[in-house]
Amino acid sequence: MNIHEYQAKQVFAKYGVPTPKGIMVESVEAAVEAAKELGGPVWVVKAQIHAGGRGLGGGVKLAKSIEEVRELSDEILGMTLVTHQTDAAGKLVRKLYIEDGADIKDEFYLSVVLDRKLEMPLIMASTEGGMNIEDVAENTPEKIITIPVDPAIGFQGFHGRELAFGLGITDKNEQKKIISFAQKLFKLYMENDAEMIEINPLVRTGSGDFLALDGKMGFDNSALGRQPEIEAMRDLTEEDADEVEAAKYGLSYVALDGEIGCMVNGAGLAMGTMDTINHMGGTPANFLDVGGSANAETVAKGFEIILRNPNVKAIFVNIFGGIVRCDRIANGIIEATKLTDVNVPVIVRLDGTNAPEASEILKKANISNLIVGDDLADGAAKAVAAAKGN
Amino acid sequence: MSILVNKDTKVIVQGFTGKEGSFHAEQCLAYGTQIVGGVTPNKGGQTHLGKPVFNTVADAVKTTGATVSMIFVPPAFVGDAVMEAAEAGIDLAVIITEGAPVKDMQMAKAHATKHGMKTLGPNCPGIITAEECKIGIMPGMIFKKGNVGLISKSGTLTYEGANQVCKEGFGISTAVGIGGDPIIGLSYLQLLPMFEADPETECIVLIGEIGGDLEIQAAAYIKEHITKPVVAFIAGQTAPKGKTMGHAGAIVSGSAGTAAEKMAALEAAGATVVVSPAEIGQAVTKAMAKK
Repeated sequence: MNIHEYQAKQVFAKYGVPTPKGIMVESVEAAVEAAKELGGPVWVVKAQIHAGGRGLGGGVKLAKSIEEVRELSDEILGMTLVTHQTDAAGKLVRKLYIEDGADIKDEFYLSVVLDRKLEMPLIMASTEGGMNIEDVAENTPEKIITIPVDPAIGFQGFHGRELAFGLGITDKNEQKKIISFAQKLFKLYMENDAEMIEINPLVRTGSGDFLALDGKMGFDNSALGRQPEIEAMRDLTEEDADEVEAAKYGLSYVALDGEIGCMVNGAGLAMGTMDTINHMGGTPANFLDVGGSANAETVAKGFEIILRNPNVKAIFVNIFGGIVRCDRIANGIIEATKLTDVNVPVIVRLDGTNAPEASEILKKANISNLIVGDDLADGAAKAVAAAKGN
Repeated sequence: MSILVNKDTKVIVQGFTGKEGSFHAEQCLAYGTQIVGGVTPNKGGQTHLGKPVFNTVADAVKTTGATVSMIFVPPAFVGDAVMEAAEAGIDLAVIITEGAPVKDMQMAKAHATKHGMKTLGPNCPGIITAEECKIGIMPGMIFKKGNVGLISKSGTLTYEGANQVCKEGFGISTAVGIGGDPIIGLSYLQLLPMFEADPETECIVLIGEIGGDLEIQAAAYIKEHITKPVVAFIAGQTAPKGKTMGHAGAIVSGSAGTAAEKMAALEAAGATVVVSPAEIGQAVTKAMAKK
């Protein structure tokens, strides 16, 4: 789960990680009031969406007067922002963050992420702040320093010294400040079950202070149950409505741009099914994992969501029952045809636990546009043919 | 022979009396697995499925001599359960639970390593030595005894792969589901040498997916050390990019993580790489014929 910049900065403030002052608003009038309250003389008007690259897309602008705050807020609020991290349709700006302008001397990059290879958090930092960090990693990898921190020992003095010297910070007072900054950031990373924190840029001001000018945070979904304050920050308008609805029913759904709807159990087999369809000359319309506790209701819901996509010309149900019992899926398919108007051919391949019973159930139901696939290859081939109208 | 578990392996179940734990422990017992007891705090002294229940793993190990624990406790308690097993002297913890917090697994795995305990999973189907010992949630009937070893990140692709291998007239020595979480226990790098050393295994099926670089590490190992034929499939060739991975995390592993890169690395290492899981069975037949 991701949160907005203004929310990340609330978390930062709670831990004493310094940020410029700012106020989140949802209207132009509120933006003007916020600007007056902050006092100026310079403000930054920032679009709040769950994607990076907002500045380049025209979603972050500097204002030098209250009037300019009004004009820029009017311009940015309600615009659809397209950045390298959004899809082509972009994201609608519903919220703004009005922030005090900072006296920027230079810009750094600082993040904490999970290193899957080392199996511990990794602090990454660079003097190349404000740039696209993927480009820095690609072109000048020597300018990125990495410091793994074993959670068993926590953030120690030497981690801080590696960071300060690595960034070329020589002033002793400034060293203390950047070390304290990183230490607090690591603490909040651990205590909030964060998956990643990224500050780009982290700025050094003219007076030698360090400020998080931006803030991006993602969290481990598996840990949200014990992080109620974080979970309360979830903004469902930033997420795909179909994916959110599917998740309520224990389904994992991702829309794609092809023609064959897929309903599969297990993420690996779901991807493998998409790959097989693709290999046979078809195109998958979605990824859908029905999970381990599929029943008639969830299967019916899956059909409903798949069929909302007007591109879908056939549906391939591919189940290898382990925990999921095939007879339950078969009943779900019959239920779905009652609840939803399934107006495309449905190719069903059921194997594993209770597959013979499932086969009997489907035969007895006598549904007209239902085609049985013998195995994965046969089912995928029939689905591809059906989508082409054969 | 086989790897890690066989008909003599003594197994306890953590989360024994819960709904999932009970259901699958019963299935494992029916398969012939030597489940010698289980652990549920405050139910010590009771009998469940005809086996003794203990309050702690330490008690269970002392009384039964179990060396493997199958873990079904709810996600929030998985870290705790793994660390308890490690300190009680368990050799291998098979963690079935899905949705354990990543931070807990970092801590638990580090602690397990410190105590010399191997872990499998979390969020995995478990391990099965065909017709001897099933520790997990896989449908036992599809695994016929034979000479093909299988390692997979995905549960259902494990079943799909094993089913095809058996339909081609071969069978499985041991099949291991390693799980698809960001932090997992035993992986390709530890399991490949076990299969190479196992006289019963003649061919290895490796099933991976997008994300991380475990398959790239596996390819490097196969190139240098594996003499047995390897058949590989990587799921997610058609998956959209960046859907599940945060972008800062993607930098750490560089450009590794795509299906194309993993497939190329495995191909270069001499493995037979199939583009669809539907081709695993045929590829194994060809690989076995060439030997």
